[in-house]
Order: sequence, then C-alpha cells, then structure tokens
Amino acid sequence: MYAWTLILLLLALMALAYHFGRRRAVAGAGGVAQIKTLHSLPAYYGLYAALWAGIPAVLLMGLWIGAQDQIITSLVTASLPTELVEGQSAGRVGLLVNDIKNLATGNIVSTSVTPEIQAAADQYLRLERLSDRAMWLAVLALAVGGMAFAWRRTEPRMRARNRVESIVMVIMIVFSSIAIMTTLGIVLSVLFESLLFFQRVSPLEFFFGVDWSPQIALRADQVGASGAFGAVPLFSGTLMVSVIAMLVAVPIGLMSAIYLSEYAPRNVRAVAKPVIEVLAGIPTVVYGFFAALTVAPLVRDLGAAIGLEVASESALAAGMVMGIMIIPFVSSLSDDVINAVPQSMRDGSYALGATQSETIRRVIVPAALPGIVGGILLAVSRAIGETMIVVMAAGLAANLTANPLDSVTTVTVQIVTLLTGDQEFDSAKTLAAFALGLTLFLVTLTLNVIALSIVRKYREQYE
Amino acid sequence: MSNEAVSGPGAPPRRAIDVVNASLKRRYAKERRFRFMGATAVGLGLAFVVLLFADIIGKGYTAFQQTYVRLPVTLTEDILDPAGTRDPQTLAMANYMAPIRKTLREMYPEVTARRDLRRLYSMISVGAPQLVRERVMADPGLIGTTQELWLLADDDIDMLMKGHIDRDAPEGDRRVKDDMLLWVDRLLGQDRIEKRFNTIFFTHGTSREPELAGIAGALMGSFYTLALALVLSFPIGVGAAIYLEEFAPKNRWTDLIEVNINNLAAVPSIVFGLLGLAVFIGFFGVPRSTPLVAALVLTLMTLPTIIIASRAALKSVPPSIREAALGVGASPLQTQFHHVLPLAMPGMLTGTIIGMAQALGETAPLLMIGMIAFIVDVPGGFTDPSTVLPVQIFLWADSPERGFVERTSAAIMVLLGFLFLMNLAAVLLRRRFERRW
Amino acid sequence: MSTTIDVMGKTTGATSSAELAEQRHSRATVGDFTSPDARMVCRDVDVWYGSKQAIKGVSLDIGKHEVVSMIGPSGCGKSTFLRCLNRMNDTIEGCRVAGSIRLDGQEIYDKGLDPVPLRARVGMVFQKPNPFPKSIYENVAYGPRIHGLTNNKAELDELVETSLTRAGLWNEVKDRLDQPGTGLSGGQQQRLCIARTIAVSPEVILMDEPCSALDPIATAIVEELIDELRANYSIAIVTHSMQQAARVSQRTAYFHLGDLIEVGETNRIFTSPQHKLTEDYITGRFG
Repeated sequence: MYAWTLILLLLALMALAYHFGRRRAVAGAGGVAQIKTLHSLPAYYGLYAALWAGIPAVLLMGLWIGAQDQIITSLVTASLPTELVEGQSAGRVGLLVNDIKNLATGNIVSTSVTPEIQAAADQYLRLERLSDRAMWLAVLALAVGGMAFAWRRTEPRMRARNRVESIVMVIMIVFSSIAIMTTLGIVLSVLFESLLFFQRVSPLEFFFGVDWSPQIALRADQVGASGAFGAVPLFSGTLMVSVIAMLVAVPIGLMSAIYLSEYAPRNVRAVAKPVIEVLAGIPTVVYGFFAALTVAPLVRDLGAAIGLEVASESALAAGMVMGIMIIPFVSSLSDDVINAVPQSMRDGSYALGATQSETIRRVIVPAALPGIVGGILLAVSRAIGETMIVVMAAGLAANLTANPLDSVTTVTVQIVTLLTGDQEFDSAKTLAAFALGLTLFLVTLTLNVIALSIVRKYREQYE
Repeated sequence: MSNEAVSGPGAPPRRAIDVVNASLKRRYAKERRFRFMGATAVGLGLAFVVLLFADIIGKGYTAFQQTYVRLPVTLTEDILDPAGTRDPQTLAMANYMAPIRKTLREMYPEVTARRDLRRLYSMISVGAPQLVRERVMADPGLIGTTQELWLLADDDIDMLMKGHIDRDAPEGDRRVKDDMLLWVDRLLGQDRIEKRFNTIFFTHGTSREPELAGIAGALMGSFYTLALALVLSFPIGVGAAIYLEEFAPKNRWTDLIEVNINNLAAVPSIVFGLLGLAVFIGFFGVPRSTPLVAALVLTLMTLPTIIIASRAALKSVPPSIREAALGVGASPLQTQFHHVLPLAMPGMLTGTIIGMAQALGETAPLLMIGMIAFIVDVPGGFTDPSTVLPVQIFLWADSPERGFVERTSAAIMVLLGFLFLMNLAAVLLRRRFERRW
Repeated sequence: MSTTIDVMGKTTGATSSAELAEQRHSRATVGDFTSPDARMVCRDVDVWYGSKQAIKGVSLDIGKHEVVSMIGPSGCGKSTFLRCLNRMNDTIEGCRVAGSIRLDGQEIYDKGLDPVPLRARVGMVFQKPNPFPKSIYENVAYGPRIHGLTNNKAELDELVETSLTRAGLWNEVKDRLDQPGTGLSGGQQQRLCIARTIAVSPEVILMDEPCSALDPIATAIVEELIDELRANYSIAIVTHSMQQAARVSQRTAYFHLGDLIEVGETNRIFTSPQHKLTEDYITGRFG
C-alpha cells in the first residue's frame, strides 16, 4: 500500500532534517569548538528540524486519508446518472455506492454490472489514483517546507531545547486526552445511532416490551416490518446468566481468597494463587468453546439422567462457565482488600481469644466488606458485558423465563447477532444493536463508577 | 473476682474460663468446617484449571497429526499433459484427481457401483491433488512414471484413524460405513495408511474441509494486528502516563481523565467493537476486516491497561532520582527521559506485554468490525482482509464436523501457548528488573 | 555500650569493689524477679525471630493484684516478651519461644495447650487503639458472643454496661452504643479496647504501651483506670514512659537488648537502681 511507503519516506526526510538542522546549528556557532555558544545541545536543533518536517506532514496525511473516501464517494455519487439515483431511498443509493466500490477494488458485486456502474467504478478508481498522487505531492512538499522553515529559524540563540520540549509536551497532552476522546467516541457513536433507533421504535417499547424478534425486519422497505424490539427478555436473560455466574464465582472466589490469605501455608499460596489466576488470562473464546462443547452437553446429560429437560444451550451452562471465568477476578480483588485490613484488627480479635474463623467471619470480612462489595460489583459489570461465552453457549431465542435450564439470550449476544449478519446500515435492526450497546455501556459504566469509588474510599480508610 | 459472676443475677456464679472451655468443642467444629470450605473453594478453583486444560488438550492433541494414504499413482501423460509440452500453464490446470481415482479403482476392483465409487474417492481429501500438482510442477519429469505418493486423507478417515469414530456403533449412526471400514482395514494391512505430523495446520489458511484447514492465515492476521497495536499503544500509553503522572496539574480535568481511564479499563470489550464500527469504519472509512482497523480498536482497548501500569511504574521511581537530576540542571523533560523513564521501563514493558496478551485473546470487538469473514488467503499486509486467531477459533467452534472440534482445540492450544510465552516474558522481566528502593 | 565493654576490660582480676562493679555491669538479672503471690511465672524465656534472638533467658513473675511495668529503650524486647504471655507471638512467622511460662501452674507453651482459651484468660490491649469497625456495643459484645459467656440479650446488655463502666467509658457512650467504635476519640477508643478486653473476664491483662498514641489528658484517665483495675486483675504493662511506670506500677522490670537487667519495687528502681544500665536509662543518658 502506498501509505506505508510514504510513511517510510517521511521518516527518511525527518532523519535528513535532523542531520541538516544539527549541522546548521554547529556551523552557525562557528564550528565544533564553539558549540558552547549554542543555546541548546546541537541534537535539539536537529530534533527541532525533524519535528517540523514530520509533524505537519503526518497531520496532513491523516486528514487526507480520513477525508479522501468521503469526498471521492460523494463526487462519484453526484456524477451517477440521475435515473439510477432519482427516487431511491438513501439506503438504496448506499448499496449502489458499495457495489461501485466493490467493483473498483475487485470484490464480489451483489448486482449485475451495468455500463453505468462500470463507468462509475472506473471514475472511482481514477479519482482515487489522482487523490493518492496529490497526497504524495502535498505531504512531501509540506515536509520539505517544514524542513526549510526550521532551517531558516535555526541560529545559535534559538532556544531549540525549549521548543522541542514544548512540542513533546503538547504531544503527550494529546496522547493523554485520547482516553477522554475514546469515551467521547463511544458515547457519541452509540448515542447517535441509538437516537436514530428511538425515532423508529419508542423507548417505552424498547425498555418495557417483552417481545423481541428483530429478524422480521429483513428489508427496510417491507411493509409493516418494523420487527419487535422489546428488550425485556434480553435484560432478564442477561440478568439470569450473570446471577448464575456470580453464584459460582462469589463463594468460590471469596472463600479461596480467604483460605489463601489466612490459612494456606506460604508454599501452597505461592502455587495455588498464580494457578487460579491463570483462569483470568484465558481468552473468553476458549471459555465459550469449553461451555458449548463440554459443559452444556454435560449439563444436558446430567439433567436427562435425573429426568429434567435441559435445553442444549441452557443459561445454566453459560452462567457456570462465566462464573469460572470470574473466580480469579473476585478472588484477587478480595485478596487485596483482605490484606488491606490492618493486622491490628486481627491482633485485637485473637487477643480476646477468638479462633481464626471467628476472626475472619466476624472481624476481617465485615471490615473488608466495602472493598469486597466493590469488587463484586466490578465482577457483575464484567459478567453483564461478557460476550463470547454467551454467544457460543447461550441461545438466540429471546425467552422470557425464570428457568435456568431453559435457553435464554443476552444483550451482548443480540448485539453480535444483529451486527454480524448481512447488514444494512440504518436499518432498525442494526440500529437496535447500538441501542443495546448504549444500554450496556450505561449500566456497566454506572456499576464501574460506583464500584471504583467504593473501593477507593475503602482504601483511603486504611491508609 | 473478675473470673466469676459473668452470668445474670439469679444464676449461680461460674468461672468465665469454664464457659469458654465448654464452648471450645463447638467452636472448633465450626473452625474446621470453615477451613474445609476454604480448602474446597481453592480445590475447586484448581480443579477448574486442570479440567479446562485437560479438556482442551484431550480434544486437541490429535490435531497435530494427520492421516495420509500411500498410493502408487501413475502420473499418466494422457491425462495430465496430453500435448506433451510440459507447459507450466497446462500443468497447473491439469486434473490431478483423475490419476488418483484411477489408482483407487485399480486397488479396489470390486467397487463398481457409481455411488460406492464416489464414496471410495471421498476417502482422499479434495486437497490431495493440489499437493500432487506441487510435486509435478517442481519436477515435470515425474510425468509418465508411477510414484508412491502420500496423499492427504479425508477428515472422516482421519477421525476414524484417530479413534474419534466408534467402529462398534450401528452403521446408521456412523459417518464411515461398513464397506469403508473394510477399505481402510485393507490399507492398514498393506501399511498404506498412517498418521504423520500435520504441517498443513501450520502452513495453510482456513478451509471448509477440516483436513485442509490451518491457522497460518489467522496467525499472520494476529501478528499484523498486534504489531500495529503495539506500535500505536506503547508510545501513546507511555506518553500519556508520563504526562498524567509527572506533569499534569492536579485539577478537575486531570481528575476526569483519571476516573475515565479507570472506567475505560472496565468497559465491556464489545462496546469498543461498536466504537470501531461506528467511528473507524463508518466515519473514517477504514477498510473493514483488516488488521489496521483491528489494531486501532485494540489500541484503544489496551491503552488503559498500559497507562495504569506505566503510571504505577513511574510512581515506584523514588523522587530522589528526579531531585538529583533536576539538581544538576536537567530540564524536567530531560529528567524524565534520561533518568526516570529508564528506571520505569521494565514496569511499563510488563504492562504493555500484559495489554498485548489481552489484545491477542480478544474476540468480541473484532466480530463487530468484520474480522469474522471467511478468508482463505494468508494476509500479507495491514490492509489485507484477514482474521485473527481467537476469531478463527470462534468460527471453527461453530462448525459441526468432528475434525473441526479437534482443530479448534489445537488452535486454542497454540493461542494459549503464545499467551503463556507473553506472560512468562512479563514475569521474567519483572523478576529481572524488579528494584526495591 | 562501648563504655561498658571498656570498663569490663579494666576490671579483670577483680577486687571486692570490682565485684560490685561487675554486678553493676553483668547481664544476669539484678533484683528479685519472683513474686510471693505469682499468677504468671516465667523462667529462662528465650525468643527468636528466625535466627535473631530477641529475648535472652528472661525470668519474671507477675503477681495477683499488682501492676508490673516493663521499661527499656526501643528494641529491648519488652513488647516481644509481653506478647509471649498470651501467645500472640504465634501469629508472627518464624517466631520461636523456649523456656517456661506458666499461668496458675500450667505451662502455656505446652504442645497440647490451646491458645484460644488462654487468650480468654490473658487479655491484651495494644499500642494503637484498634476497635473493630463495628458499633461500640458490638465491640464490647464481641468477646462474650464468641465465647458464649451470656445466655440472653439482657445478660449481654448488662455485661456490656459493666465492662464499659469499669473502663470508665459508660457515661460518655451510653447514648450512642450503636455508633461505630472508630468514631470515638483516641483515648475513648483505647478505653473501649480495655472494656472489650475485660468483657471476657480475663485473669491477666497485658498492655503494650497503651497510652503512647494518646494525649496527656486521655493518658491520665487510662492510668487512673489501670490503677483501679489492679483490684481485680494482674496487669503487665509495657511503657516507654518512666513517669508512667512510676505512677501505675508496683514493680518495674528494666529490659536492655533482650536481657532483663533489673527488677524490683518500682520505688526502689527509680530511686536507687543497682545496675549501671538501669541507672543510665533512668537518669536519661540513653533511651
């Protein structure tokens, strides 16, 4: 791809700029012997020139690549014969443009190739090539220009170090605001699409409707095919799987944290703790595989053996495996908070003649309770947002049921299902995924904020 | 006296210690129960680890072998190169399945019905001719000779050889029918069928046929994705950490960033997929299904991890180092880059490796950005359509063939192997450079 | 220390005055460490932390109805010794105790002896007040509850009230028994811890610098309390403050680097110490 070559070229130019900038500074000072008359070390003059050569050029390149596609697309769309575009819905035109792009890049095209489309594809390719060349020229020109600018500014009294440092500082500030921009990006993208969704489906129906069958809305122009978007079965399914997961994870995680930090001999702890934490490093897709191919059949067979009818994709199997995944999460957080309880609490209890379990149950756990609750909330948020296990081991049918042996579906499963099939941007089906995403984001965010503030308050209490 | 009269007014005085002693038995029973519960919890946790690994390895270890059938194939010139020009074009297009089928017919003359013949042919993988072609293309002199060739067996035969198909099951429930069993047994008797190391698994992209499916494509996709994610996230993470830890004024804005980073670390990964879909693909037009867009999404996802670890590493460098550097006239940035950063680097690298390990195992957000497409070719760059290892696992896990179950498990073993190596590197790095001030 | 060694070097080949000098400098305990009415009897107690010996052959009795104070410079082992008396050292890894410590004639380091009832008999108050993060009531009720000392709520209420009253805290907290113990002032917290200790009716109370985290007024109140408690309990108190030792105790033991240097009537120790180290410490030459 062209862009990579261009980036390499830019790097080379920056190296060149460094070399010249440095040389000019030394020469300006009157040779190596006079280096002391420079305001900064020669390398800073070099860096100064290199940054001037690189940064504006890279920024321009980024902007260009970002805008190029949109501009070319709109140009091509505008030049399409009117009979192709007139009277068509925006979605239709979008499909058409997609076809043109696919044709241009040599991919499989969904419709038959008419001469008009072929022409448009040719034009697309031509414009793209033109844009690429123009970008090369502009970017390289800007790099050389920046180099020249720095070259002219370079003289012994210039405070090169300060300038370089303020540039570096600005870069670091930009880096640290990426986190904020990510959150903003999440909120805006999810919110925007969700608003579109809520224009079509009332929030009341979405949040309180008990009927979920988005698959009916196959085509946007289908009459009366808005599908049913009542998300309550999804919420209840998510809740059930999460509750099952927590029923597995909390007792096992908490008790093993207690055992390992209070009872286990040092060598047992040194082995068991990292081994249990291995569970946290296993990718969720592996748990999904384990749940779908091992645990679910096992649960079904066990159920059959005692005369219970268990769905082959039962909430129980998915929840149990999710619980296993969360065990190390609960146990390491609990371990942290239990260890944060001051030794003086234990001493006070032992000095009264309490046994170890009395001390743990009546003093340490109550003292650590806020921290443990915070940790459990974080774990709940994780269970709610967990995707792969439920995608692979829970079902797709939106059953509103309280029976853990039934198949249920979850918010995350539906997001994946809605967005991985053949999709049409802008259809209610696709937008519904974003509305679910928004709900998921808000719920987990709330849980996280509460949990993190509880944990922080707890830590401050014992510091 | 202190040690009496703790009971109520009317009761006869009793020594406190006697009450204590009387309660001991009950209390120690409770103590034992509690302790037993703790030990059980730890035991369960360990058992889950063992169970998980045993299950995966048990299902997957056979995938590293593949059944091959040795057949004397006559590479007849009439079929392969009727014109006799040895033109590479012709050789590439030739039908290499025909000589193999001919051999099979000769070996099993009793099979005549068309339906049975089709089943006979199906014992050899549809990918086998490809391998024959490669050999002939390399050495056109083979044409006209009869060669003993090891041919890739079909996955049903492979499963039979590995014992995943029960010979005693009723024929109707069995994918390999009775006559096929006889054919295989004859091959076995002639030493013409055996399991060999499965190189295809490591050198090929995915396929609809289990015996032809490999992880090379997914591995390369993961490699490009991670490489780019590393290049993006490490400088950004470290830069952000230095600014936030060392330079940022303590005000509302930086508090917000701080809270925000901690929360981002706990946002469900699938939400990052939605972000990638809406912003990178929808808004910026980054091509979908490519390592480029995957790397962008994973960068945003791993940044919080890297920033948090890097800040902790910076925090652990004692202030005296900074004071010493500032004291000899270094600028604050020089202090950071010359003195603090080198000392904090092991911690930062550890955090980065852990972040990258997370990214390597991440699946959900990548489903949103099209990494789920069926891509046979091994990607050769950052903008080639590709998939990644965990997504490949997800896709294979959905396939009903028994051969894919085995390959999915094997792919999981490879993935876990890489994760293990990365975590080992992180642990070693921490051990090697850990400093106590 | 270096001066001691010098002097010892000079006194080899001793005269009778030199013998006296030697006694002043030796590491054998000076004074009578026994008590006529002993509740706890310690003989030749050695304590090691790993390979480091923290206590070297200490013998000391703690009598009924008396307060024994242990003084000495930091790191002299007085707290370590105190923590041996109810086996609180068990919780410290690598800690090893040799010698004999008996409570009412029973060896407390016997293999079969259970530290749980032992600690119910030998209570302890710590340097830093460590109320549990529970209500005031629950703090005091904790011990009686776990030991099952009361049969019903009324008895428990009564026991809590008596304990708080004995600790001199009742009037200050009787209206807010359900509020967290951690919300009290430092001095009140320490008295709450004392109330908590006496609620299980111990026979001996060990106090490890109970006033070091308190202000002078709170200290005075706690000291007064200790004096009152003497009527019912045997008390061993470790203190940094010689004035406190002089005010509250009947006998005083001076520790130095793991050795018990000198024991005696508190008055005698502070007016005419016999050992050079004791004298140096009391006159403020080090410590």
